[in-house]
Amino acid sequence: MAFVDDLGAALDKTPGGGIILTSLDALIDWSRGKSLWMMPMGTACCAMELIAASFARFDFDRHGSIPRPDPRHTDVMVVAGTITRKMEPAVKRLWEQMPEPKWCIAMGNCAVSGGIFYYDTYSVVRGVDEFLPVDVYISGCPPRPEALQDAILRLREKVSAESIVPSRAKPVKSILPQPGDPRKGDIAAEGGEPS
Amino acid sequence: MTQTSTSDVTPDTAETQPTGTEPTETVMETVVNIGPSHPSTHGVCRVVVHLDGEVITHCEPIIGHLHRGIEKMAENRTYLQVVPLTDRLDYVGSMYANWAYCRAVERLAGIRVPERAEYIRVIVCELQRIASHMMGIGSTGADTGAFTAFMYTFAQREKVVELFELLCGARLTYNYVRPGGVSRDLPDGWVEQCRAFTAQHPSAMLEIDDLLLGNVIARARLKGVGVLTQVDAVAWGTSGPIARGSGVDWDLRRDDPYSVYPRFDFSVPLGDNGDSYDRARVRVWECVESCRIINQALDQLEPGSVQAEGLPRLLAPRPGDAYDHIESARGSLGVYLVSDGSPRLYRMKVRSPAFCNLAVLPLLAKGHTLSDLVVILGSLDPVFGEVDR
Repeated sequence: MAFVDDLGAALDKTPGGGIILTSLDALIDWSRGKSLWMMPMGTACCAMELIAASFARFDFDRHGSIPRPDPRHTDVMVVAGTITRKMEPAVKRLWEQMPEPKWCIAMGNCAVSGGIFYYDTYSVVRGVDEFLPVDVYISGCPPRPEALQDAILRLREKVSAESIVPSRAKPVKSILPQPGDPRKGDIAAEGGEPS
Repeated sequence: MTQTSTSDVTPDTAETQPTGTEPTETVMETVVNIGPSHPSTHGVCRVVVHLDGEVITHCEPIIGHLHRGIEKMAENRTYLQVVPLTDRLDYVGSMYANWAYCRAVERLAGIRVPERAEYIRVIVCELQRIASHMMGIGSTGADTGAFTAFMYTFAQREKVVELFELLCGARLTYNYVRPGGVSRDLPDGWVEQCRAFTAQHPSAMLEIDDLLLGNVIARARLKGVGVLTQVDAVAWGTSGPIARGSGVDWDLRRDDPYSVYPRFDFSVPLGDNGDSYDRARVRVWECVESCRIINQALDQLEPGSVQAEGLPRLLAPRPGDAYDHIESARGSLGVYLVSDGSPRLYRMKVRSPAFCNLAVLPLLAKGHTLSDLVVILGSLDPVFGEVDR
């Protein structure tokens, strides 16, 4: 993407280039967001729901999310299932084989934090974010296919806020209160605490 | 191993000749790694394949990529807390591991299960067999290039999953069968919905049978591929559709009857040749037989309690051990428990049918081409949650 990066930087400096840049961003984000091909990294139980999601009843193809087993064809890695210490290098290697830009969805409690296998076991990685930059987390053991659908739509929101010039990227709203997030106070107030 | 014509070694010694020691005359052996992330390995299995051209001379499944230490984790949990862990063993058929574990606990603690609970267990487990075989048959189709059949089987699987969702709220990990019975009674209207399912399922199976196993391409890909002889099937400890596909007439539901199975009339489908085609065929007919069992069980279902009375909240069976096994969709699934009298398990060991069935892979794959390995592995229908535990 070196050409696009250079183009973006050049447009950003040119007077009036912002109009072209934002139009270009809109086009690129639209095309990226509408064809998020999935790398189904299904290891355990969640893989069954991942399969169910792409089949007739839930039909993910209509979102443009087609599962492709080849990492070089894909944009988003869906880590569905428990990642063990033995599996970790393989997942990392597949992630490195995916071309930029790429995103990651942690599907299910095992991929989020180790889930039910957090305690008492010696072989499970406690969350795939130990070695991958996760964009969207889905809780559930396993999550329903609708939850994966929601994750794809949320990821699309995130993709649509990106710009080819990194400084122009819009901030993405997180549904969780972040440290220093002004909404944090609102949530505390809603909880019935007299302020 | 193919020897060149100039070689004067007899074919017998050529078989045992280690690769590389022979000068130039030997065909170079290629080693190919398949997995651990490969769409055709049905999970996280790595297969190291030694190839002579395209023909497999030796292959070795490398397991353990999904080893989560469930047996060890069970030692730190109370008897009831282990049930959700057993869900995650065989995640294509969670009810089986639940039931096998609960039977072992009931044997250990001497719990008597109410009759209605036994009937419900039989119904849900036969439904689970259908759901699991739908996955097995469908992936056989996907492996042979008939992806459409997978769509058809998955539509049937979704119907079963919907029934389970009504029952316990979960689509995959049910935690439904508990020591002493089941977690809750059947909801209103469930029996009718179940009957509606079993009414349409056999004809759907005939359609799938015709669509997939009647297809000339699928037959060419499946017939004669991965032949497991009857002797080998017994010698390697296989069970379930793998053994029955080879003509081993062995089904725990009939030969070591448990629960209320003796009250039902059903037959055990058998294969003749022991190839991938017969294994798929056995699965298809087992689904039809399961429908018969479910219908009979629904007819005989009487109102009553679904949980054993007077069960303590914290089970602490007297010191001892217990083993019980059931016929799961993959074969004989056994659970061995050891108690030291405390509220926690001392040791749990799962006799996994998928593990034993996977062991025959090198035997079956030898002499076939690399593309057939995918079909053979698919026809064994392993679930790696259960293989690696």
